[in-house]
Amino acid sequence: MEYLYVFITGGIICVIGQLLMDATKLTPAHVLVLFVVSGAVLTGLGLYQPIVEFGNSGATIPLPGFGYSLAKGAMEAVQKEGLLGGIKGGVEATAAGVAAAVVFGYAVALIFSPKSKS
Amino acid sequence: MNMKKNQLNKKYNKYVKDISPKPNYLANSIKAFVTGGLVCVFGFAIQKLIISRGIDKETAGTIVIILLVCLSQLLTGFGVYDKLAKYAGAGLIVPITGFANSVVAPAMEYKREGIVLGVGAKLFSLAGPVLVCGYSAAVVIGIIYTLIY
Repeated sequence: MEYLYVFITGGIICVIGQLLMDATKLTPAHVLVLFVVSGAVLTGLGLYQPIVEFGNSGATIPLPGFGYSLAKGAMEAVQKEGLLGGIKGGVEATAAGVAAAVVFGYAVALIFSPKSKS
Repeated sequence: MNMKKNQLNKKYNKYVKDISPKPNYLANSIKAFVTGGLVCVFGFAIQKLIISRGIDKETAGTIVIILLVCLSQLLTGFGVYDKLAKYAGAGLIVPITGFANSVVAPAMEYKREGIVLGVGAKLFSLAGPVLVCGYSAAVVIGIIYTLIY
């Protein structure tokens, strides 16, 4: 049953992205930015936590989940370290994923060559 | 003069709208729903596996993100991810795997310009805007939260 909730939540978030790209002139890049920022803002307002509790990975793996980690990290760090925590908390909470994407991405880009588009 | 220009613009916009292919909303949405859902279920299954080895939920979630990022970047290197994404649309763009793909794909194209200013710079051509806006949002939220906490 849990798996079904994950599937539905993740699916719906992706459909919203698809509709945004089809119905408006937003490029994928704009959709990515929009999703990360709205994930962070919704978390700040306390509206994204319930979605995560319902959909688990379905809410954390799509990009609003990245915004969720950013905002949650910032808010949790404020409770421990005040303003300094608010500044560094978001980056700290997402550091592992971003570092992996940058370093492993760099390695892959150096090793592989683009495949000709047929 | 200005009115003429406006009219021309209107005509042009209508022309573009008429000749550009209409997206098939329903089919695209179903594809995005299924593929996006499957990516999340795949991640969830790995997370459960890691948790069953006695690792706490938050750490497991981070490990899942790292694994998904590396896997999708490897698939991008082999040229598989972009082919799949062409079919799946947002289903493979919106999950974190799409972000990882957007880091590698432009970087590979610019190898000719060197490994520092070519690959190194282009890694961030799409990731840059996402990180700039995301980090800004996080810091603003952190500051506001400090004020009301």
